[in-house]
Order: sequence, then structure tokens, then C-alpha cells
Amino acid sequence: MPVEVIVKTLFILIVVIGALAPVMTWTERKQSAVMQDRIGANRADLGGITVLGLLHPLADVVKLLTKEDVVPLGANRIMHLLAPLIAAVPAVIAYGVIPFAGVYTFGQDTISMVVSNADWGLLYIFAIGSIATYGTVMAGWSSNSNWSLLGAMRASAQMISYEVTMGLSVVGIFMVFGTLQLQTMAIEQDATFRILGFLEYLIPGLQLPAFLSAFPFVLPKWGIFLQPLGFLMFLATIMAENKRPPFDVPEGESEIIAGYFTEYSGMRFGLFFMAEFIEVVVIAGLVTTLFLGGWTIPWVSTADFIGVVTPALGEGVATGLCVIVHFLMFMTKVVVMIWLQMSLRWGLPRFRYDHVMDLCWKGILPLSIANIFVTGALLLLLGDAS
Amino acid sequence: MLEEYVGLLVIFVIGVLLVSAMLAVHLLLGPRRHFDAKQEPFECGEKQLVSPRRRYAVKFYMVAILFVIFDVEAIFFYPWGAVFTELGWYGYVAMLVFTVPLAVGLTYEWMKGGLEW
Repeated sequence: MPVEVIVKTLFILIVVIGALAPVMTWTERKQSAVMQDRIGANRADLGGITVLGLLHPLADVVKLLTKEDVVPLGANRIMHLLAPLIAAVPAVIAYGVIPFAGVYTFGQDTISMVVSNADWGLLYIFAIGSIATYGTVMAGWSSNSNWSLLGAMRASAQMISYEVTMGLSVVGIFMVFGTLQLQTMAIEQDATFRILGFLEYLIPGLQLPAFLSAFPFVLPKWGIFLQPLGFLMFLATIMAENKRPPFDVPEGESEIIAGYFTEYSGMRFGLFFMAEFIEVVVIAGLVTTLFLGGWTIPWVSTADFIGVVTPALGEGVATGLCVIVHFLMFMTKVVVMIWLQMSLRWGLPRFRYDHVMDLCWKGILPLSIANIFVTGALLLLLGDAS
Repeated sequence: MLEEYVGLLVIFVIGVLLVSAMLAVHLLLGPRRHFDAKQEPFECGEKQLVSPRRRYAVKFYMVAILFVIFDVEAIFFYPWGAVFTELGWYGYVAMLVFTVPLAVGLTYEWMKGGLEW
């Protein structure tokens, strides 16, 4: 058992931290370059090989590691050292509950492709996410710099405000799927529903014609179709929680230098940077699992897939193939969500701080509470009609 | 049951080790050439005029108070949401009764200008 857990942990960490996050730093530069009509990173070379600038993440790491570590005078040295640690560790460990493929049976063994299948999975993510707030506040306060303090105050107010709405905007999803466990949610989404199915429930005795149960009239039972408003609110709040543009007022380069990490250099700065990028991947994974069906293939359930492939290849191979296809499906959706976040970053101007707070307390908070009760009423009125 | 905690413990240990290793390698590899001017807190080229360890706007404090109230509310919503369909209309009305005072509180705060920046 522990061996299996360690293998899964290492696998997901290598994929996320070893592959996705570094490639993302490159993609972000390249995408911004394309959007601003520039060429972008292309200089880092290793013996004449540049591979489109893909070596830049490597060069970054070497550079960050060999820079001087400057601690400002009058800073609280212990807090200053701990802050990047507390900011980065939650981002790294949040992947522990996000399923990257389904549950499979190989002969006697049942393997669930998630590091920890805890039934409080989503609570864990929120709890871990709030710890990251301490990292930013400690960084800003301990640096003994006015810019850092301003950034930290903004960051703390923004992060705790959006934490509330982040929690409330996904309650609709718990109600629909009836669980907090992310793997169960993904399995629930491994199905389809008839778009007009609720009519049968509303009008007793009505039988919908059979063609309405076939391809164009059924949708995958994904969170985004069941909770469209919840999806938009959750995406906005979780991006604000990560302090990414357009919500990056705590960093706001043109106003307060770099916000809470103004006084950081070398790898300590790099950890804040890395945390932000890993969190982008975590957000993409979380949104995928909650709203985009996680690892599921749209319109093709796991049982269907294995059923179709088994006669040709045998059950073991079919299941193995299913794992690979599901994992690739998950990664595709994650990459799409990462792309969306980056496009939002470079496509939208930065909000003003009062707008950020207004959006949270006056916009999303009342809307998310309304969403909960509307969802509840619809669930009770229409039942599981789909 | 314990398996779930094992997974999280493993990923936590690996995460802390990874991040600490990065910090440690940085401390080993980086040069050390300290002098006072370099270590001054950044202030756009000026001497630091005021210490950052001073009072700040009360608005941040008010947001923190609001956060405590609404985050506790959000926590009550989670278990309720997870068993919602089993509770039925009884649970729906019960939660409505719980939410209305909070909504009144939010409206009051809003009218009083507590949400203005």
C-alpha cells in the first residue's frame, strides 16, 4: 500500500512540478510574446541547441539558485525565511486529492488513481489554500519595507474575501453530486443526461421520443452544464485567490513594485513564483475535476470503453488502455484550463483594488448564495429527472 | 481509512523536503557579499522615511471580521450541501432560516458603507 501511494505521489509531482510548471513559465512568455507581437524567449542555448527557448526554465533555475540571498536590514529573519516555504508547500501538496484517472480493477486489485481518496477532499484543498495566505502576509510583514507591507495588506484582504466566495460558489456542485470526495465527483460525471429529460418529470405520463436519448440531445453530466453560474464564479474567485492577473493588485508592479515579495531575491523569490505557477496547474486540475468531468471521456463512459475494447485486446490490456486514455483526457482538459487562465491574464487589464473587493462582496457573494438556493429548489422540484 | 492519511502524509513530507532542498541549495550556492547599502529596504532610491511597522487602514480589519462570519457560514454549507437531497425540503427551509439573518447582516453592512473602499 505505501509503495503504491509513493509511486502515485512521485508520478503526480513529476508531472506537475517537473514538467507542467516549468513548461508553463515558457508558454506564458511565448504566449504573451505572440499576443504582443514579439518573438519572446529564444536565447537560452546548450551547445547551440535552443529548442524554441524551451531551455529557459532550466536557465531560470540555475540563475535563481546561484543568486545572492539578500535579507533587508531590520527584517525578521526567521519569518523572512519561512514565508516562501509556507507559500510554496501548500501549492505543492494540494495535488494530493485531485484524481488524475479513474478507479480500475486489475484482477484482484482495485486501484484509484489519486494520491489520497479522502472523503473531505475539497475541504482539504480549501484548508491548504488558506494556509498560503499566511505565507504572503508573513513575507510582506517581515520584510520591513513599505511596499511589501502594502502588498501584504492587499493580499490578505483579497485572499480572505475570495476564500469565502470560493467556498460558497461550489456548494451547488456538492448538492448536485452529493459528495465532497473528488474521485466520486469525477465518477458521477462519467455519465450523460438528456437535455429535455426534465420535461418527463414535470409533465406526468409524457414519454420523450427515443431519438432524444441519443447523441446530439444528451450532454455529458459535467458540472459546467449543471452549474454554469457556479463555474464562472468559481473560476473568477479561484484566480483571485491565486492573485493572478487580472486580480494581481497585491503584486501590482506599476504601483507597489512587486508587492509582498519586493524584498526577496534568488530562490526565495523563485519559490513565490513557482508557487504561483503550480497553483495555476492546481486550479486547472480542480476546475477540471469539479466542472469539466475530470478524467472522463465525454459521451463515452468507462464501462462502455472497456466493453468495446475488451473483445479485441482482452480485459487487462483494455483496462490499461483506459487508464492511459483517461489520463490523457485529464491532461488535455488541464492544459485547456491553463491556456484559458493565461489568455485571461494577457487579455484583460488589471482591476482597481476597490473593484476587486466590490466584485467579491457585492457581486459574487450574494450571487453565490442565491445560486445555492436556486440550485436547491430546482433539485427538489425536478429531482434526479435527467 | 488510514490509507487516505498516509497518502497526504507522504505528499506533505515530499513537498516540504523538496521546497526546503531548494532553499538549502540556494543558501549553499549563492554568493555572500553583504554591505549596508545593498541591504536597505527598497524605497525607490530614497532612505526609508517611515517604518512599515505602523498603523494601517481600518478597512482591512473590517474585512477580516466579515471574513470570520461568512467563512463560518460557508463551512456550515459544506456538510449540508453534501447530504442535501436526503434532507429534502426540511433541510432547504432550515438553511434558509439560517441564511436570512446573515443576509440581513450583509445588507446592513452594505448600507452602512462597510464594504466601500
